[in-house]
Amino acid sequence: MLTREASTIGIDHSEEVEHHDTVAMQTLGFWLYLMSDLILFATLFATYAVLGRNYAGGPTGKELFDLPFVLGETLLLLFSSVTYGLVMVALHDGKKKWVLIGLAVTFLLGLGFVFMEIKEFHSLIAEGHGPDRSAFLSSFFTLVGTHGAHVTFGLIWIAVMIAQVAVKGLTSPVQSRLMRLSMFWHFLDVIWIGIFSLVYLMGVM
Amino acid sequence: MSDAPIAGTGADRGSLKSYLTGFVLSLILTAIPFALVMSGTFSSSAALAGIFSAGIIQILVHLHYFLHLDTSSEERWNLPAMIFTLLIMALFVGGTLWIMSDLNYRMM
Repeated sequence: MLTREASTIGIDHSEEVEHHDTVAMQTLGFWLYLMSDLILFATLFATYAVLGRNYAGGPTGKELFDLPFVLGETLLLLFSSVTYGLVMVALHDGKKKWVLIGLAVTFLLGLGFVFMEIKEFHSLIAEGHGPDRSAFLSSFFTLVGTHGAHVTFGLIWIAVMIAQVAVKGLTSPVQSRLMRLSMFWHFLDVIWIGIFSLVYLMGVM
Repeated sequence: MSDAPIAGTGADRGSLKSYLTGFVLSLILTAIPFALVMSGTFSSSAALAGIFSAGIIQILVHLHYFLHLDTSSEERWNLPAMIFTLLIMALFVGGTLWIMSDLNYRMM
């Protein structure tokens, strides 16, 4: 009996170590994906840096950008980063209800951001300032639109995780996915810092 | 056992305090560059320096308080991976700007 118990503990322990290694490996793998995504954004930032002042007689950033509106987008994304942080705190404490509430709030804030961006793009295109107007606007729509597409996929991921937490509970795979979603979501906020600084603020100056 | 929190994998190590600290710092570091540009009272070089420094500091704040990136043994490969990526980024962005400005200069 004693031997069996000891061997069971032994097996449990090695499984735990193996499991821990798996999660660490998944985290590192996802981090490497984020780094490759960072290189994608670096090329788009470089493109914008080269083309961003080629207006082809069209409108400049100073005429188009509405800074209070961009500040609103920035705050929505920042708030959503913090509410996702609260999801991780609730996850650590094993509070399923608060994980779900936090994910829902993060989803709504992210949705608000995407709606604001769509509204901005729609009004620009409606006024004839679409991506076909100048090299500046082509590179602007590509850079900001790629970020917006990432946020949209993040929203889909959050919705899937809300369903998984509700149905499966806080199992190890679900926790591991929530951690990777956390990295993805905070990463998108970091990219947005670059966008509002280099595109909007410098564009208005 | 499967419902126990997964500990020590980096992304989960944030406490409520670290997220709130990061939040307050980010709010300040967002307010500064927007105020610099929107007030319009500063020279463009001063505003530019403000935008760049506030942006870089805010990125570091996000990496530290939200992504918990540090040199702890748990994520010993995360930081080298990012430093390598930053090197590639510097080559891409720096090289692009160098070549394109050189071409622009020669075309004039």
